[in-house]
This record gives sequence, C-alpha cells and structure tokens, in this order.
Amino acid sequence: MIRTIAWRELRSLFLSPLAFVILGLTQVILARLFLGHVNLFLTIQAQLVSIANPPGLTALVVAPLLGNMGVLLLLITPLITMRLIANERHNGTLTLLYSAPVSMTEIILGKYLGILGFFFIIVALTLAMPLSLLMGGQLDWGMFGCGVLGLLLFTSTLAAVGLFMSTLTKHPAVAAMGTFGVLFLLWVIDYAGHAQGTGGYIVAYLSIVNHYEPFLRGFFDSSNAVYFVTLSVSCLILSIRRLDADRMDA
Amino acid sequence: MTNSEVLVEAEGITRFYGKIAAVIDVSFTIRRGEVLGFLGPNGAGKTTTMQMLGGSLAPSSGRVLIADHDMRSEPRPAKSALGYLPEHPPLYRELTVDEYLDYCAALHRIPRTQRRAARERAKDRCGLGDVGGRLAANLSKGYQQRVGLAQAIIHEPPVVILDEPTVGLDPIQIREIRRLIRELGQDHAVILSTHILPEVQASCDRVQIIHKGRLILSETIDNLMHRVQSQVLVVAFRRNPDVALVQDLAGVHSVTVVDENRLRLFHEPENNPTDALVRLAVEQDWGLYEINPEHSSLESIFVELTGEQPETSDTL
Repeated sequence: MIRTIAWRELRSLFLSPLAFVILGLTQVILARLFLGHVNLFLTIQAQLVSIANPPGLTALVVAPLLGNMGVLLLLITPLITMRLIANERHNGTLTLLYSAPVSMTEIILGKYLGILGFFFIIVALTLAMPLSLLMGGQLDWGMFGCGVLGLLLFTSTLAAVGLFMSTLTKHPAVAAMGTFGVLFLLWVIDYAGHAQGTGGYIVAYLSIVNHYEPFLRGFFDSSNAVYFVTLSVSCLILSIRRLDADRMDA
Repeated sequence: MTNSEVLVEAEGITRFYGKIAAVIDVSFTIRRGEVLGFLGPNGAGKTTTMQMLGGSLAPSSGRVLIADHDMRSEPRPAKSALGYLPEHPPLYRELTVDEYLDYCAALHRIPRTQRRAARERAKDRCGLGDVGGRLAANLSKGYQQRVGLAQAIIHEPPVVILDEPTVGLDPIQIREIRRLIRELGQDHAVILSTHILPEVQASCDRVQIIHKGRLILSETIDNLMHRVQSQVLVVAFRRNPDVALVQDLAGVHSVTVVDENRLRLFHEPENNPTDALVRLAVEQDWGLYEINPEHSSLESIFVELTGEQPETSDTL
C-alpha cells in the first residue's frame, strides 16, 4: 500500500514540468560549480606536491560540490515538497485516501518514500559528476562514501521537514514558504557561531550545517547521524498526527 | 426488505466545528437493497454527515458502523466496505482515467491480476467506455462526476455513499446516474444526499430530511408524497390582506407571506379552507385573483416541518 502511494507520488511529479525543470537546473548549476572546483584543483595541483600530506581530489572537489549541493537542496526542497499533502487537500483528493482502507501512517510513509525517490534521483545524477573524475584520477572512497551518506541523511531530513509543512496547510505556496523558513533558520541559526553557555550549545546543536559539514570532511560521528534521523522521524510522526487531527475537531 | 442485514448504522453522531454544531445527534440505519435519500437545504449538515459516514471526518460523539465494523476502532474493514463519492470528485488531474481507476483499485487492495477487470467493469457501469485514455483534467464536469462514481464502486463495496451525485450533469446524464443508483440499490446499501426533491422521488426508497443539523423526518417515499399532497395553497390578492384573519380560518396551520400580494397557507389535508378563504376575501374586498394548490415542493415540506408547527414533530 505504501508502495502504491509512493509510486503514484513519484509518477505525478514527473507528469508535471516542475520535476524536469528542477532536475535540469540543478544539473546545470552544479556542473558549473563542479568545473570551477576542478579548475581550482588543476591550478593549485603543482603547489600541492610541495606540501606534506596534501589534501586530495576528494577533499578539494567532491566535498565542496556536496556542500554546494546542500545549499541548492535547501532552495529546491520547498518547491518539491510543497504539493505533497497541501495540493491533495486543496483538490479534495485527500478524501480518496481517507475513505480508502489505508492508515494515516501508510499515507505519510508512502508520500515520504515517493518524494525521497525523487531526491535520490537528483543525488544520483549529481554524483555522476565526481564519479567521472575516476577517468583521470583517484577518489578517497572512505571520504566519498561518508560524504554521500551525509548527503542522503541531509536530504531525507529536508524532505521530512517539507512533508510536515505540507500537512499544515492547503496552499502549496504557504507550505513552500514555511519549509524554506524552517530550513533556512536551521541553516543559519549558528551563523555567528561560538555563542556562549548552554544557550549557545543548544543553538550550535540545532544548526543543520554543524551536522552536515563533518560528513563532508570524511568524519563520521554517529551523533550527527542521530540528529538527522531524529529530526526526520519527528517530522514524520508529527505529519501523521496532523492528518489524524484533520478528521478530529478542527 | 426489512429483514435484510443492516449495513450502515449511525448512532447519535454529532459534529462540532469549533463551537458550531453542524450535525446534532443523528441516528439512522440503512439495510442492503435500500436507497436512502438525505435531503436538506444547503448548510443543513448533509455533507458533514456524508463525510462522517465516508471516514474523512470523525464524529465529535456517537459512532458509525459500516457492515458491523466501527469506523473508529476498526477503520480498515469499515472503509473496505464502503465506496464514497465526495461533493467534488477526488480526481488527480494529471492522471488518465485508466491510471486513476487502477490507482483507486490498488488503494482498495484489489489484487493486481483483477484490477483491469474491476476497472473495465466500473467504466462500463458508469458509461466511461471511450474516455479511458484521457486526462481527468480535460474531461467535462459530467464525465468527471462519472469517474468519481466509478471510483466509488470499483471495489464493489456493499455500501455506497454519494454526496450530491447529479450536480452539474445534464438531464440525460442525470437519468443515467439515477438508473445506475437504482441498479446499485438492488444489492448494495446506497445513501445519497441532495437538495432536489425530484431526485429523491426518482431514486430513493426512503428519505431523511436534515435541517440545521438535526434529523427532522425519516419516512418512506410513498408516505412522504402522501403526506405533502396539496397541503399548501398559494393565494394572491390585489389589496393587502389581513394575515391574522386568514390564520384564523378553520384548518389553517400557518400562513407565510410570499411577497406583498401572495400568501402561502399550510392546512390540514382533510380540511381544505378554500371555500372559507374565498368567502372571507369577498367580505373583506381583498381582490382575490389567484388560488393555487401547491404540490410537494421541497420548500413547502421544509416550511411545514421546520416552521411554527410543533404538532408535526410526532413524525420524527
């Protein structure tokens, strides 16, 4: 049942031009940035040889690319997730799911997996760029794998936040603004950095960048993974509760 | 028909929107082989009741049983047993009719191998034979309504709930839908809401009238028609009549003012005040120029049931 809903979600996305526009633009922008990173690497390659223990191709090209990808995802997630529930509510098709023998959990998980499918397509297409480096160089697989894992966790979290925001309203535009607001806040919350005391510690902990960056440096800390998983699961549970509340007293 | 199984049971369902009560303590049952018409003006609580039966809204209190399964504690078997066509057909505009119906079949857990057969059968019954490959967004309102109906019966549920199924259809389509509803009524339990009385007359066995959230009448169609036959007179005068005098005539229940010349009289069927009224009009020189028995309009039933006549409350 979850699969049925997920599959329809993914199909419907590709039946609108939005999915293709997003995929296309993402590729163009990231390709430009990727070339920039490669270029920089080629220019400083000569100097790198003189340093003891120099940073490699992965650290100088792949990590920044995944970093750029993070920023880009921050911008496009609201556009992808805004229609998930809001649009169904707006068109009255949510009723179809409510009156079918399907639980709220199945609806939310189906929606979530469907949208994750789309995000993973973006990620897969993007990863093709660094993998093309294998034609003329070598990658640090540990660091690369760690970065990809971080990217997947990061993406799943953004999708879950977007899904939750979409359950709150019947206007996709409102859902998009809400998602962008929350994600942007999580992104910049520790922008000034180094705040003091317990408050500072909490702010630093909430920052999504602080948990994403270590992955890109090839540094796997399970507490960072736990942050992403906790945030995603909370958003999913809240979404299920929200749908339940739809049927209860307004 | 009375000994067949009860498929829908609503027990004192009440629904609040904030502080406003949309539906208050409504109870009824529907049996297999019965078509129940839910009649009421706009805003009476019809759609809210339908939504509660269809599982998209939980009652604030009371409970709904579909085929003996409580909607709240066993939603899955209850929802499997019902097909629901909401007020606006829940279509995905970007899917074709076939894709859409396949999706609905899958949601209702029809095994993959039987989906095509189920889809074709539903399309046949709703007259959708040649639009399978078209996008729902490009269909006319009438066809969209039929797709909505096909969606509601694709899994052959014992209970079919239709919220204003003929709105926006042309007369030929309306006739087809009514025929379909009759057909469904033979071995399903069908409940349909409408604000059009002839609709109920044409397709239902039983009618319930809801007004301001309360059920004020539950009656078989035959009885209803009998009850309301020529109980209403509309009279027109050239000069302003004295309403109080008309009110005092023998047999008159109540009088409402239609416009400055016209009055509507509600009277006992066995005690027609026409003679007395004509005499009075002549005496008072009101210039009576029109007198018309009114047949069973929805408005007259409502006025009769909801107006100032407590004596009709024994029909609840």
